[in-house]
Amino acid sequence: MKLLEIKNVTKRFGGLFANNRISFDISQGEIIGLVGPNGAGKTTLFNCISGYYPPTSGNILFEGREIKNSPPYKVCARGIARTFQIIENFQKMTVLENMMVGAFKKHKYKGKAFKKALKVSEFIELSDKNFEYASDLSPPEQRRLGLGMALATEPKLLMLDEVMAGLTPKEIDEVLDLLRKVRDSGVTLIVIEHLMRAVMSICERIFVLDYGEKIAEGNPEEIAHDEKVIQAYLGKSYAQG
Amino acid sequence: MNVKKENLIRSSLLVISVFILIYPFLFKAAFYQHIMIMVFMYGLLAVSWDLMGGYANMFSFGHSAFFGIGAYTSTVMLIHWGINPWIGMIVGGCLSGIVGVLISYPTSKLRGHYFAIATLAFLFVTKILLENWRFVGAAQGLSVPMVKESSLLYFQFHGSKIPYYYIMLGLLVLGVVLTKWVIRSRIGYYLRALRESPEVAQSLGINTAKYRLIAIALSAFLAAISGTFYAQYVLYIDPPSAISLHISVQVVLISVFGGTGTINGPLLGTAILIPLINLIGAWLGGAGRGIAFMVFGAVIVVMCLIQPDGLIKYFEGWKLSNRRENEAA
Repeated sequence: MKLLEIKNVTKRFGGLFANNRISFDISQGEIIGLVGPNGAGKTTLFNCISGYYPPTSGNILFEGREIKNSPPYKVCARGIARTFQIIENFQKMTVLENMMVGAFKKHKYKGKAFKKALKVSEFIELSDKNFEYASDLSPPEQRRLGLGMALATEPKLLMLDEVMAGLTPKEIDEVLDLLRKVRDSGVTLIVIEHLMRAVMSICERIFVLDYGEKIAEGNPEEIAHDEKVIQAYLGKSYAQG
Repeated sequence: MNVKKENLIRSSLLVISVFILIYPFLFKAAFYQHIMIMVFMYGLLAVSWDLMGGYANMFSFGHSAFFGIGAYTSTVMLIHWGINPWIGMIVGGCLSGIVGVLISYPTSKLRGHYFAIATLAFLFVTKILLENWRFVGAAQGLSVPMVKESSLLYFQFHGSKIPYYYIMLGLLVLGVVLTKWVIRSRIGYYLRALRESPEVAQSLGINTAKYRLIAIALSAFLAAISGTFYAQYVLYIDPPSAISLHISVQVVLISVFGGTGTINGPLLGTAILIPLINLIGAWLGGAGRGIAFMVFGAVIVVMCLIQPDGLIKYFEGWKLSNRRENEAA
């Protein structure tokens, strides 16, 4: 069975179609890349899936059940976690406390949530900062913390919105290793990313959006040679030449 | 954390506790005992406010209304149906909690200043309602029926303030223990998360509306407990004394002075400001009461300028080490 099914999802803001009849399926255990130029509607699609916006039309199924009109906390309870494009965490709470908030979803008691947070912290290699405030972390560390908070909810599907933005090549490699580790632990991933190198190296399938529409779908090799994609990124003249 | 500092904290806590316990025997004058009783009463109000205003980020100017609901419920039940004020206290707390939940629905989408304005409206509506409602004494107010002899059962003591002192102290301790227990549990983590960022909190599975509601209900409950005590202590309540902007604002300012979102901060704030107002007021007498509030205002302005996080910020390192954190580290 498909883990996530997006069926003809449209999201309209007034006259603007941020997402226009987008459809795709995702199976368990995949790493999916979602790419496209700025304003293509990638984050809007994330917001529709995670319950922040109700789609104007279309349907979203998770494990065969509709999640289209569920609020974010219910979507999270079903097993979908996400990170945010801008760094978002609880600044005045420590690293462990940040992750405990996520861990409380599965572990009602503080002791257990604490243990879960410790484990996640080790997993994302942030253990040495456990008792520091989130506001004292460097931006790359805060990105990793965001990932840790989402992982602490023990999701089946994890949606990452530009976790690699602003990182150095070395840090990117570390995050890529981390994402493979996440996938190997049984979590399905959808990754929004601008860095083609990163997307090409870990994603098994890539969806390309442009002006709210899905213009291409395929493995990295196919996408790299797709005429429509080249056109969207580099302009018409390149595609013809 | 070094051992020396920890011993210092332990011993100062011990000295403060012993001092509070034997205070009524050191200071026998009724006025000094009254000041401490007011400290405990406002302390409970400030702690309840902090749960809502400090932790859940719902800045309430309506706390005096919850206080008044507590005072009126127990008194009305005693006058009309002869129900024991202790039971009235619990009923008043629950009723206040329910009212809190009811006002949380229309205000659930309001944030910041807008929520504060809505709570102000709630305060005035409650006051006007009570001023015009015959059954609860309207503008004349209600006198708590006197019992002949002092009785713990009827929550009335004549000739001595000492029983009131220990009762209010007990209520405060219970309130603080309950609040701290909640704050340290999952609910507390969720409230702090909500305060920082409701959007992220939702993405981590928190039903924001539900936890806001829990915070309001508990906060309103505790404020009402304080109100019932007030009615039994003063034995007379009317709308201006039980439900006033004055009490609401005082509670907010005390908490801000001490440091919101810390529980200990508002307690510290009350322990300093309430005696200050009372002592200056008594010292100057008559019109001097006005000057007491000018000093009160000035102290808060100065505090906001030099340390916006409140007085408690200076004691930030004064923590007993957490056992679990030690194990982990």
